[in-house]
Amino acid sequence: MRLHIDWTACDGRGLCTELLPEVLAHDPWGFPVPRDGAREPAIHPELRAHAERAVRLCPTLALRLRETS
Amino acid sequence: MTALVHKITGLLDAAAPDLATHLARNGPVPWRRSAALVGELREAGLTGRGGAGFPVWRKISTVAEGRSAVVIGNGAEGEPASDKDHTLLVRAPHLVLDGLQLAAEAVRAAEVYLYVPIGPAADAVRAALAERTQWDAMPVTVVTAPGYFVAGQESAVVAAVEGRPALPADRLELTPRAGVHGRPTLVQNVETLAHTAQIARYGPAWFRRRGTAEEPGTFLVTVSGAVPRGVREVPIGVPLGELLAGATTGLRAALVGGYHGTWVSDLSTPLSRKALVPVGGSIGAGVVIALDNVHCGLKAAADVTRYLAGQSARQCGPCRNGLPALAATMTALADGGGPDLPERARKLADLVERRGACGHPDGTARFVRSSLAVFGDEIARHQRGTCVARSGR
Repeated sequence: MRLHIDWTACDGRGLCTELLPEVLAHDPWGFPVPRDGAREPAIHPELRAHAERAVRLCPTLALRLRETS
Repeated sequence: MTALVHKITGLLDAAAPDLATHLARNGPVPWRRSAALVGELREAGLTGRGGAGFPVWRKISTVAEGRSAVVIGNGAEGEPASDKDHTLLVRAPHLVLDGLQLAAEAVRAAEVYLYVPIGPAADAVRAALAERTQWDAMPVTVVTAPGYFVAGQESAVVAAVEGRPALPADRLELTPRAGVHGRPTLVQNVETLAHTAQIARYGPAWFRRRGTAEEPGTFLVTVSGAVPRGVREVPIGVPLGELLAGATTGLRAALVGGYHGTWVSDLSTPLSRKALVPVGGSIGAGVVIALDNVHCGLKAAADVTRYLAGQSARQCGPCRNGLPALAATMTALADGGGPDLPERARKLADLVERRGACGHPDGTARFVRSSLAVFGDEIARHQRGTCVARSGR
C-alpha cells in the first residue's frame, strides 16, 4: 500500500507529518517529505490505521491510499 | 516509390508547407489498420521525441486497449532554447498532420487535437488543415498553448484540451489509461508524429538506416549558445562535437537536453540514450546549448536555475519554495559565496525531487546536480575570488 500526495492540493499544514512520523518528515516550509524517498511512500500494514486517519484528517484532502498490485 | 525512399532520409528533406508540394513529395496519407502501425513502430524502434523517450508503439497499444480514445499532438515548446517543434510545424505541417491521423486511426480515436503555440505554428497548422479537409478521416481541433515552460507537461496538455488553464495537475492514473475527461489519451510530440507518418510510408527498415541499431532514426535538435542557433536533423548517436563543429571558439561543455538536462564536457560523447544515461543525461527534446571556455559555467547555471524557479507554476509547495531557494544558492555560488553552498544546493536538489505534480522540480534538480559536478573547478576558482570569464571577476 502506498500514500499518494496531491502536491497541488497540499498546503503544508503538517498534520500528516504528525500522524505518520514513521513515513513522513517535513521540509523547512512544512511540506511532507517521504522518508523512503519514493514518489508515493510505502505504508506498512501495521501503519494502515494511522495512514487512513491522516487521509481522513488532511485539511486540504491531499492524501490518498493506493493499493499496490 | 523506390527512388523516393532513397532520396528522402528524414523529416526536413521531406518538408513541404503546402499540400500540393507535400503530395508530390510524400504521396497521400498511408492509411493502415491499427495493428499494422503498432507492429511497424515496434520494428522501427521509434521513441518519443518530446523528452521522455518512451517507445511509441507501447503507448499507442495501451491507449488502443480503451474506448473513445483522445489523441493530442503536442507542439508546445516552452523550452527557451528549443525551436524544433516550431520549425517542423511551420515547414512540414502536413507530415505532422499525417502522423496525427495515423495515430488516431491506430487507437480508433473519438477526438483528435493539435496543441500548438499561438502565432506562426498555429497559423501554419490551421492553413494546412483547411487544405486537407478531403484527406483527413478525423477532424482536428487546434488548441493554442501558452508559452511558459511547463505548458507542454503531459497533464498540462490534458488540462488545456479539457478547457482548463494549461497547468500540470495531480494524476492518479497514467494519461494513456485516463487522460482527457478520464478517457484513454495519447499525447505525442509533433516530431514523433511526423516520424510515425514516414515510417508508415517507407517502412521500419528505411527508418533504421539511420541512427544506431538500438536507437534507430533521426531526431531534430536545436543548437545554440556558442554556435549559431539553428535546427538540424541528425541521426541518433551523432557525436556531440560533430554537431557543434560550427563553433569558432574552444568549447568547455554543452548542456544536452535543455534546461532540464545535463552538462556534457566530453565532446566525443554520442548523442544517444546509451551514451548519455551513464552520465545522467538524455537527448530530451533535442536541445544542445554550447558553452565556450571564456564564459563562466557557474554563472550560466545560476541564470538557468533562476529562470526555472521563475517558471514554477507555484502550485506545489516543494517547487514553489524549493526552486527559489535553489536559485538563490546557485546565484550566491556564482557570486563567490561560502564553502557550504555546493552542499546546500545538493541537499535542496534532493529535497525537491519527486515532490511535485509534474517533472519540473525533478528536471531542475538534475540540472543543478550536473552543474555542481561539471563545474567543480569553477566553484573552486570562485571561492578564491577568480573566474574563468575574462570579462568577469
